[in-house]
Amino acid sequence: MAIRRGRGVAAINYPTGMNLGGDPTQALVHSTPTGNFMVTLSSVDLGQGMKQIMAQICAETIGVPTDRVVVDTADTDTGPHCMGTFASRGTHRAGNAVIQAAREARQVMLEVAAEELEVNASDLETDGEGNILVKGAPQRSISIFDVALSAHFKRGRSISGRGMFLIPRSYPEKETGAMKPSTCYAHACTVAEVEVDDETGEVTVLTVKNVFEIGRALNPKMVEQQLVGGSWMGISHALYETTEPYYPNRDHGGTDFNQYLMPGPGDLAQTEIIVLERPSADGPYGAKGPGEMCANPQIPAVANAVFDAVGVRIDTLPITPERILRALKAQAPN
Amino acid sequence: MAKVPVQFTLNGAEKAEFIDSGTTLLHALRDKIGDTSPKGGCHQGTCGACTVIIDGELRLSCLTLAETCNGAAVTTTSGLSEGGVLHSLQRAFLDAFATQCGFCTPGMIMAAKVLLDHTPNPSREDVVEALSGNICRCTGYEPIIQAVLTAARSNSQNAV
Amino acid sequence: MELRKSYFADQRKDDLHEIGQPRPRSDSPGHVTGKTTYFADRNFPGMLHLKMVRSPHHHARIRSIDTSEAEKHPGVVKVLTAKDVPHNVYTILILIQIGPEDETVLADGKVRWKGEAVVAVLAETERAAQEAAAKVKVDYEVLPAVFDMEEALKPDAPIVNEYHGRNYYLYDSGECRKVRFGDVEAGFATADHVLEQTYQSSPIEHAPTETTGCIVAPEGNDRFTCYTNTQAMFFTLDNASIILQMPGNKLHFVGGTVGGGFGGKVDVIVEPIAILGAKLTGRPVCFVYSREEEMQISSPRAAEKVVIKDGVMNDGRIVARKVTGYTDAGAYSRHSPYGAQKGAGHYPGPYTIPNVWIDTYCVYTNRTPSSAMRGFGVTIGDFALEVQMDKLARLIGMDPLEFRFINAYRDGDMKAHRQPTEGAALIECMQEASRAANWPVAEKFMTMSSYAKGA
Repeated sequence: MAIRRGRGVAAINYPTGMNLGGDPTQALVHSTPTGNFMVTLSSVDLGQGMKQIMAQICAETIGVPTDRVVVDTADTDTGPHCMGTFASRGTHRAGNAVIQAAREARQVMLEVAAEELEVNASDLETDGEGNILVKGAPQRSISIFDVALSAHFKRGRSISGRGMFLIPRSYPEKETGAMKPSTCYAHACTVAEVEVDDETGEVTVLTVKNVFEIGRALNPKMVEQQLVGGSWMGISHALYETTEPYYPNRDHGGTDFNQYLMPGPGDLAQTEIIVLERPSADGPYGAKGPGEMCANPQIPAVANAVFDAVGVRIDTLPITPERILRALKAQAPN
Repeated sequence: MAKVPVQFTLNGAEKAEFIDSGTTLLHALRDKIGDTSPKGGCHQGTCGACTVIIDGELRLSCLTLAETCNGAAVTTTSGLSEGGVLHSLQRAFLDAFATQCGFCTPGMIMAAKVLLDHTPNPSREDVVEALSGNICRCTGYEPIIQAVLTAARSNSQNAV
Repeated sequence: MELRKSYFADQRKDDLHEIGQPRPRSDSPGHVTGKTTYFADRNFPGMLHLKMVRSPHHHARIRSIDTSEAEKHPGVVKVLTAKDVPHNVYTILILIQIGPEDETVLADGKVRWKGEAVVAVLAETERAAQEAAAKVKVDYEVLPAVFDMEEALKPDAPIVNEYHGRNYYLYDSGECRKVRFGDVEAGFATADHVLEQTYQSSPIEHAPTETTGCIVAPEGNDRFTCYTNTQAMFFTLDNASIILQMPGNKLHFVGGTVGGGFGGKVDVIVEPIAILGAKLTGRPVCFVYSREEEMQISSPRAAEKVVIKDGVMNDGRIVARKVTGYTDAGAYSRHSPYGAQKGAGHYPGPYTIPNVWIDTYCVYTNRTPSSAMRGFGVTIGDFALEVQMDKLARLIGMDPLEFRFINAYRDGDMKAHRQPTEGAALIECMQEASRAANWPVAEKFMTMSSYAKGA
């Protein structure tokens, strides 16, 4: 009887957005009289940071700092339709809608600035800090604050825009299954290292090294939040979680957090996260959806590592000590 | 049903209410007094989202009867910042990106505060132990552990 | 976390101001001060609490329901049964033309899973609602139930859901969603080895720290405001409108600050019945799942069975892959027919295989209906695929990571569902993993690229 070590690898991809498309999202953007910008949506922030990311996307597109943008979302009396927050679609779908709306608003903003500066709108650029400059002659500039005031009170222009993003729905061909499930895919590869106690069947995940390719990390700290939390959930799925421990038997289902098991703060694997960025052709600033796929590769990586450690395959999730011990017993000569 | 009087301090302010006997402190705080910072995640004492501090000790407000709190000093996360200045733990949670959905955060901060009040220079193991009654489904815990360790370090630096 | 900017640098412009910056989250100050307002952080005078009477049986006919004792219970304001729900038989994906309507808001004549909602009790306090719910008398005739997908698919199995009339979802392609690419049998015939393996999972709970719920307040003008933690505002509003036969303009949904979702809050379960309660009583109504309900009543991630048969050559090429996937939908469809066919689009994984055959089934059993969860339709499939990859590599005596390089998809490769691969990055992820994990592979794999050959 011994503690045995093993490691396993898994590589995966994951589609961004609702399977087969057909899932629209809209956004509206408008400026206040003093050049702050409102983004109006009906998308839902589940904790992944939807509001913050939409603010950064709008700010980048308009050309203002993020703190000049306020996101008002998830009120059906004010926000235009969004299909919902699921299927790694929030950033991709809503982000594209916000870009379209923000571009339209930016165009009006530049037109008003052009009138104030007596130049062509196409000769203007933003400095990202709240000013509009004449290209090549940055001393000729106007603040967005002043442009918004002019638009409202002098020129009667609405600095606003509408955005709608829809990937047309794909219908699978009946016989061949020809279809377009998604327009872009995120990728991952995970190496997990485990210790298995072959006396108790207990598995300890020592390390996980996760490489994720997510298009673009729009806010790297928030991407890290998702990826670290997802990696934890993947390990949790691999080793602990089920509402029906003896499926298909319906008995013994957990009803509280003492019975439904997940790793606690004392059970964490040493977790390394590396992010690659291959911008997607149709993603907002190249982004893909990282939220779901980040919890997938750890499960098979841990399963493969368990085999590497003790030489038994557990092909049924979760990989419990009971299953490992039964497999070891079945494998043992008499 | 006859009402029962309860009187305690909440974040230093006197509170007095008439409640139904058997009302939990969680319900009294949220529904009667209007402090919704403790969250009801399970109402069975297994998630820690309702964690508060009573007379310096960590308590689950969903398992504490309000009528047992007469004369006590109750602290919640909503009372931590003073004069608009965040408590070092709140600051550390922000800086470490230790919140995602935020539902577990007030309970986590309460649990961490009790730890740091008793153990100003905790080890990682101390932090893990202190947070072990609080469930988080988003973060994978590591950023929260780091936030608590950071807060402890900044407290001891400020004390010097 | 480390960003490795050396990969794909030629495809990326890094000249942005706000994108790519680690800006602080605007919602975090509210979280750390306890000021963030979740749906349940609202308190309305006169608010009623809704509790469900639930089926204790997996499958049963309802002979009779007697609510008289419950109605007399102190504090009870209203007791609702199926006849009170205007459009009681519904299915949520009807909004995107995926039927049939197969589920009841409140059970009508039958229950099909243990925990199914039968009667809704609205009372002044949670306690009164709970006590009254215990006084509802339902007379059941227990029927044979089926829990195992294989059993359910047998011709003599009890029918779980009469609205389907069979224990699987009928796609336009038949009993399963199919993908056919190349000639899989010819592939197996030429393979050096053929390996068929079966993988299995069981239901998994989302376990958000905030349970599913809503509060509905009548606005006094024939409109109802529903404060909810749904993941999909208009999807829920529009389904509630259908179920309640109430024009959508009478409904106002407010949400968007949610204590974790993970896919568990895209069913439309709590809102319609709470709105109905508010309409019939004229009072605000709160319906929030207990933790026990969240664990055993709310939809879990489906249990899946995945059978993979592969033909592999000694040089590492996979020449044929046949996948049969079974998704355990439980008693009702919810999102499962969609999840099962998402699997069909996902297999055979991120590998280029010339001969592929995929069948994915959505199977009905007498258990808690399953639905979407993080990685819907893919997570369990990836477990099966990637364990299978490990077994295949060992079968031919090859390093498992090198084996994946040989089969990894690249730009331009045709996928089994007949879309050319674009934007691939699997190879680069594996190269970086090889470095990070100190898992060396042959130099030729470290110099590979996802870009199309010659590009």
